[in-house]
Amino acid sequence: MDKKIHAPLDAGQIRELRAGDYVYISGIIYSARDAAHKRMQEALDKGEPLPIDLNNNIIYYLGPSPAREGRPIGSAGPTTASRMDKYTPRLLDLGLKGMIGKGKRTKEVQEAIVRNKAVYFAAVGGAGALLSKRILSSEVIAYEDLGTEAIRRLEVENFPVVVVIDSEGNNLYETAAEKYRRI
Amino acid sequence: MLREVHVEELTEHIKEMCIQVNYQLSGDMEAALNRAAQEEESPLGRQILCQLEENLQIAAQDRIPICQDTGMAVIFLEIGQDVHFVGGTVENAVNEGVRRGYAEGFLRKSVVGDPLERINTKDNTPGVIHMSVVPGDKVKITVAPKGFGSENMSRIFMLKPADGIEGVKSCVLSAVEDAGPNACPPIVVGVGIGGTFEKCAVMAKHALTRECGRHSEIPHVKDLEEELLEKINKLGIGPGGLGGTTTAFAVNIETYPTHIAGLPVAVCICCHVNRHITREI
Repeated sequence: MDKKIHAPLDAGQIRELRAGDYVYISGIIYSARDAAHKRMQEALDKGEPLPIDLNNNIIYYLGPSPAREGRPIGSAGPTTASRMDKYTPRLLDLGLKGMIGKGKRTKEVQEAIVRNKAVYFAAVGGAGALLSKRILSSEVIAYEDLGTEAIRRLEVENFPVVVVIDSEGNNLYETAAEKYRRI
Repeated sequence: MLREVHVEELTEHIKEMCIQVNYQLSGDMEAALNRAAQEEESPLGRQILCQLEENLQIAAQDRIPICQDTGMAVIFLEIGQDVHFVGGTVENAVNEGVRRGYAEGFLRKSVVGDPLERINTKDNTPGVIHMSVVPGDKVKITVAPKGFGSENMSRIFMLKPADGIEGVKSCVLSAVEDAGPNACPPIVVGVGIGGTFEKCAVMAKHALTRECGRHSEIPHVKDLEEELLEKINKLGIGPGGLGGTTTAFAVNIETYPTHIAGLPVAVCICCHVNRHITREI
């Protein structure tokens, strides 16, 4: 089912999302991938504040290509989410409500999603040019020295994703392949 | 008779090829995608394949790389033994081409200089260069930038001779199944069978540069390619890993003689953005 949601998320929106829903996100989301997650983890270990407020927010696992002049961002598709699994339950417990990436998550992440009533979306991997056009603005807000891995504040409009793990723990990857499996 | 080739010529070609291949897929890959969009049984799968078709159009029209992971540059050089390079070293010239291509082409710099210290080199160098010497006085350059979503799902298996062809099939199928949605399906599967540990890996990578849809010239290897493709597409993984009948576009196998005690198998998985471009100078 096609749905439109607004980010930051609220509990009501998340509750209505089901694994398999095709969703268009508009609003503000944040990019962070491997190196930014590592730094956030180190900050938390030292008792320092994070550079972004996680509450009700969505993190997009993204390292864009450089922007051409006049454009907010370059190619901007999702990276593999499992590399962030080690860091994710802690961020969910601190208020993160959504993640956009691609690929499978660990059992620990799935449990943290259910525990915190959050949601994991997949964007189409390798559709970076198309997804770039749904990003209206991009601003580096932390860890600028990490280059493509810096944390960015992104304004998105009708950003297309599919719900993979919903707040009740239904997992599209587990059920979808079974339906077409003939071996 | 030696033919002199100035290394600057290599640099210029590699620069152009790095840029071109990241904005426009080769015709074989585009045709495979278009065909899959017609034949895919899952409605969500078709929707994703249509997004990928649209993505290619936007990439070409608006000059946005097809995928933000513009890869680590893998370069195969087949150097004619009658060629004499002048003006510098081949390795430096190739890396200079990568450096210029990734800077001028607005491509992502995804390489860290030391795998443990992990500091970005900020110019996407070095590339990974495979050189071989062949008869003649030409140089065949193939540039194949590799994204790591799929590279991370690639595998090497050191089988026993007793495992035989059935063992090879189960290696390929298990690698594809483990990769699942992570490798950005529909994928192209490069397989190297035989040789040694490193030889089969290089063959698997090189197999990805073969035109999609063209089969091995060895009849029993061609049969194996066809059988594996059919089986992979019955796994149900589908476009984006969201279920469907298009999991792979092609299985390309290269083989090499091996030791009496071994049967090495490498499975190199590439996402649907299987970038490869070849020029001969």
